[in-house]
Amino acid sequence: MTRYTDRPDAVTALVRDTEIHKDCYVDDEVFRLEMAHLFANTWVYVGHASQVPQPGDYFATTVGDQAVIMVRHEDGSVRVLHNRCAHKGVQLVSDGTSGHTGRFFRCPYHAWTYRTDGSLLSMPLREGYAHPQFEACEATQGMGAVGAVEVYRDFVFCRLNPRGIGFAEFFGESLSTLDNMVDRSPEGRLEVAGGVFRYLHRCNWKMLVDNQTDTCHPMVAHQSSAGTAVRVWEEAPPGTPKPMAVEQFAPFVSPYEFFEKMGIRVWPHGHGHTGVSNSIHAAYSPIPGYWEAMEAAYGEEQARLILGEVRHNTVYFPNIMVKGPIQTLRLFKPLAADRTLVESWTFRLVGAPDALLERTITYNRLINAPTSVVGHDDLEVYERSQAGLRARGREWLNLARLYDPAERHQPTAVTNGTNEWQMRNQMRAWVHFMTASMPGGAYAPQASASSPTTSSTPPSAAQEQAV
Amino acid sequence: MNPAPSDRELIDFVLRESRLIDQGRYEDWLELFADDGVYWMPLTPGQTDTRLQASLMLEDKLLLKIRVERLRGPRTFSQQPPSRSHHLLQVPTVESRDEASGVFHTHCAFHYVETRRDEQQLIAGWATHTLVATPEGLRIRLKRVDLVNCDAAFGNLQLFI
Repeated sequence: MTRYTDRPDAVTALVRDTEIHKDCYVDDEVFRLEMAHLFANTWVYVGHASQVPQPGDYFATTVGDQAVIMVRHEDGSVRVLHNRCAHKGVQLVSDGTSGHTGRFFRCPYHAWTYRTDGSLLSMPLREGYAHPQFEACEATQGMGAVGAVEVYRDFVFCRLNPRGIGFAEFFGESLSTLDNMVDRSPEGRLEVAGGVFRYLHRCNWKMLVDNQTDTCHPMVAHQSSAGTAVRVWEEAPPGTPKPMAVEQFAPFVSPYEFFEKMGIRVWPHGHGHTGVSNSIHAAYSPIPGYWEAMEAAYGEEQARLILGEVRHNTVYFPNIMVKGPIQTLRLFKPLAADRTLVESWTFRLVGAPDALLERTITYNRLINAPTSVVGHDDLEVYERSQAGLRARGREWLNLARLYDPAERHQPTAVTNGTNEWQMRNQMRAWVHFMTASMPGGAYAPQASASSPTTSSTPPSAAQEQAV
Repeated sequence: MNPAPSDRELIDFVLRESRLIDQGRYEDWLELFADDGVYWMPLTPGQTDTRLQASLMLEDKLLLKIRVERLRGPRTFSQQPPSRSHHLLQVPTVESRDEASGVFHTHCAFHYVETRRDEQQLIAGWATHTLVATPEGLRIRLKRVDLVNCDAAFGNLQLFI
């Protein structure tokens, strides 16, 4: 029996003003619908253009439950193609790998080949296909392309559905966080660098998204790690220089008042960030040579504005978090209702001293690695939550902190840093994009869409529909 | 000046080092590190850069001490119940001896098991020790732990390999 499929009212009822039904976190059917609708209707992060600098360079990853290849085409554009041979369905490159494919992908099974825009190039014994029936086959269209692709300052996003909200409307002012991270490079450019941590979480992906703007947990959950770090450091002889690690751990156990004052900003469509006026990243030591490079590139006033932005965690709904001041991006890849792969990526500010990348990598190791004590604190509570939500005595998770009914009419706002508004904002967006392609929704499939003739759009044309 | 340690003493030191971890004697284990000692677990095979390439662990004595104290903390919920470990070591080999400067290198393949509640993970790899002779005895200047699957997606790894 299905309870939620094709039932937008039932899905909508899972999210109340200040409560979320546990099925959003534990139910397999809801998870499948998230893959079919939420991850298809939203703009989802794929990768960074610096991972595919030259034509023919590719990076294989996933968007929701879809295996895709991000590839630089010969015209210089970045394409996102489904990782599937049109012949027997074989994945053309191995998931998670990157490399250079030359001018075409070649299937390892029967050597069908595809240009880097996905179009079918050739196959062995071609004369065997020289008949009208093959011309009518779907396989002539080559590899499938995602619905739309947008590259914003080298960050590559895609929308799986061909129809849906435009990129600029979806992200709106929230792109200012990506802008600020890129502007921190004296050359206005980032490169993926340092290596990625891959951390398996046995919990629902949304627990991680919720956690990014949860400012009431660090002083509790991280007392064991950051609290211990502060205590051990206090035992050091006076005058010992403060290690970078302590500088990065210590703010986690700041008091509630600090987090209340740092503020939270919400934007439409589920995006938002902590750290409006202050943040745990605000008090890092200056790095020699960096200010001079920034001042030379932007002028003193502009450089101060760029570096004065202290945003802490910016959630780009549905499943990434970006830290501009420390140049990290965390990607919460949904694997199942109770399984999530967390990838933590780091970026080099091109033109800045290496010491900035070193600081970024140190932060990533201390906080986001599977060997991180901070990570251990968090994963323990996520997994206890995933187990606890199976309880029958209660049905709902609570998001009521500092709720005000007027907020429903304020798509953009700045509020107290301990408000759970951003979590509510995410779940309102969740309802919207879950139901948008269900019956009666704005992007519901049209009745004629099941006819084979309407799906004959070649991949290259589909790519050009990107908004 | 003490006489240089024999190969047997170097090997016994490496074996004892792992045993202290498996016995949960983390404070005693920490004392085996020199004041400038480092525990390094690379993220990529054959890694040489500790600075601009990420590592799973790159810890000086201060960070190791934070880890050890955390394991015992009353609010360390990820250790309620605690994890346990088991090292199965190949007999270490002495790779180099520099008696003039008192620096010695050993190499040792291992299988490591970390368990908590009903979960058990098996990890294989190689440990390379840089040991220094001090008036107090041998100390670890660098313990390098290369996991054969260092780039895999792990769950929590909470103890010391």
